[in-house]
Amino acid sequence: MSRAEQSGVVQVQGEVIATRRVGAYHHLTIVAPGVAELARPGQFAALSVGGLTTGNLLRRSFSIHKVSPSGTYGGTLDLVIAAKGAGTEWLTSLRAHDAVDVVAPLGRAFPLPTEPVPCVLVGGGYGSAPLFWLADVLRERGCTVEMVLGAASEDRLFGVVEARRSADGVTVTTDDGSAGVKGWVSDVLPEVFTRTGAPVAYACGPMGMLQSVTRVASEHGAVAQVAVEEAMACGVGVCMTCVMPVRDKLGVTKMVRSCVEGPVFRGDRIRWEAFHDGVCGVPEDAVGAPKVGGH
Amino acid sequence: MAVDMSVTFGTRTLPNPVMTASGCAANGRELHRFFDVSKLGAFVTKTVMMDPRSGRGTPRMAETASGMLNSIGLQGPGIHAFVEQDLPWLKSVGARVLVSIAGNTAGEFADVAKVLVASDAFDCVVGVEVNISCPNVANRGLVFACDPLASGKVIALVREQLPRDVPMFAKLTPDVTDIVSIADAAVKSGATGLTMINTLLGMVIDTDRLRPHLGGITGGLSGPSIRPVAVRALWQVTAAMREGRFQTVPLIGVGGVRTGRDALELIAAGATGIQVGTATFNDPNAPQRVLTELEALADSHGVARITELVGIAHDRMVIP
Repeated sequence: MSRAEQSGVVQVQGEVIATRRVGAYHHLTIVAPGVAELARPGQFAALSVGGLTTGNLLRRSFSIHKVSPSGTYGGTLDLVIAAKGAGTEWLTSLRAHDAVDVVAPLGRAFPLPTEPVPCVLVGGGYGSAPLFWLADVLRERGCTVEMVLGAASEDRLFGVVEARRSADGVTVTTDDGSAGVKGWVSDVLPEVFTRTGAPVAYACGPMGMLQSVTRVASEHGAVAQVAVEEAMACGVGVCMTCVMPVRDKLGVTKMVRSCVEGPVFRGDRIRWEAFHDGVCGVPEDAVGAPKVGGH
Repeated sequence: MAVDMSVTFGTRTLPNPVMTASGCAANGRELHRFFDVSKLGAFVTKTVMMDPRSGRGTPRMAETASGMLNSIGLQGPGIHAFVEQDLPWLKSVGARVLVSIAGNTAGEFADVAKVLVASDAFDCVVGVEVNISCPNVANRGLVFACDPLASGKVIALVREQLPRDVPMFAKLTPDVTDIVSIADAAVKSGATGLTMINTLLGMVIDTDRLRPHLGGITGGLSGPSIRPVAVRALWQVTAAMREGRFQTVPLIGVGGVRTGRDALELIAAGATGIQVGTATFNDPNAPQRVLTELEALADSHGVARITELVGIAHDRMVIP
């Protein structure tokens, strides 16, 4: 058995074969042999940026939008990228046939229900990227899929058309009312849970949205599986920068790596109260938490 | 002709000089998905202390020009979990392990060493690296390695716990006025060798929010941007040893190594071993790639043994 098959991850020199603007985002298709065979919805890819001599050393991680094991060019990987810094701007400036180093698939995928149950899928902004692939997988298993897509404004929604194809029902919200219902996803979610009776929700997007999806889901007796966004340096589990406080099965809180223990966590296990305005503290009851004086 | 890449530290000979750097490779399983960690000269584990430790809150990381700032805060499972779970795994894959240890007090360093020595998998340990220089501790930059006396005390206490044949390295910070005096104290207290350098204490301010970027406020700067500092530190300490100011010991160079050429630069300054750290975040295969590149470069310089290049730049200064 090869190291890739054993480890479930490959590092490959990818080749961009298509790049296009979608609203405020860029959609890249990259030939990355070996990724599609290993990847499942909810996993992510870590890309190096800037070329071989770049001063930007840290990898940029993105949820996998979709994979295709055998195209004209070999297996491909699709990612949705928002240009918001030097690294993502470099990635969105890539053109067809440019090279990019890809490590994928990484992290834990969305756990799938064993029974064909109704599921609610919630995407915030381009956080919706992995949900269409997930919806296809769920529907193959006999689940019905209700999708809720929210964003600040219409240009920051991703995949509304794709959602209508992948889901049995779609609700759109925008903060400014430029598309769908004016408001947040949490405004429409209670009705969706009540109507569908879904026991499980899958969500990907900003941390505030994931927290509210978790809250509404538990109010309706549902479990939320959320894919978190944390700043990562490596994506492969060695740098220890992407940690967050999460309870384990026994209720013990640990600072866990979102790249290997996540990015998908049960929402009710995340210690949301530790997050404040872009900073996350260590809860006092976490294993090994700082005593007086700090770490 | 193949270059003999083997290097010797005290009683231990390693097949090649390339290692991971502590805190940049976790404890092996993650990188073993990308390359066989037993092919490295040694695998250097993440600094472990006596008790489990959560580390700091986030953000813990900021990208900087050709580098990064980290503020992890020595997160780890504690020495007992380490010797029960991590060390046996490293042994099972055939890795030679350099274990990095730390303590809040000099006594804790020794206690951690004692547990390590008593562990079942201790025979895969080729050395202990005493981390007296991590900047991400409660007293920030005021680490043991800023003071010769404090450094010497820690090193002497750990030495007492280790069997005589187990090499011990003191990891030094360049954030001092005179690194030679710290190196001298560590060697006189029983260090088999020195690892240079740890990260430099730094800080980044988020200019959107106009507040410190890191949750821990200050952090350790690493990556290619600090490589000239590592070269300088290795050079100064090597020069002092060559002048006979204190006993000559082998040095492990660490700081900004991304390529085989970077590794060669540290070797030419005086390093016998090389650790690859932050580059691993950019390329999980970096330690193995650096080894391959270093071997080819050594061959191109026509040497039979990599050790012929250690400190060679000291002999090649042109003084007009």
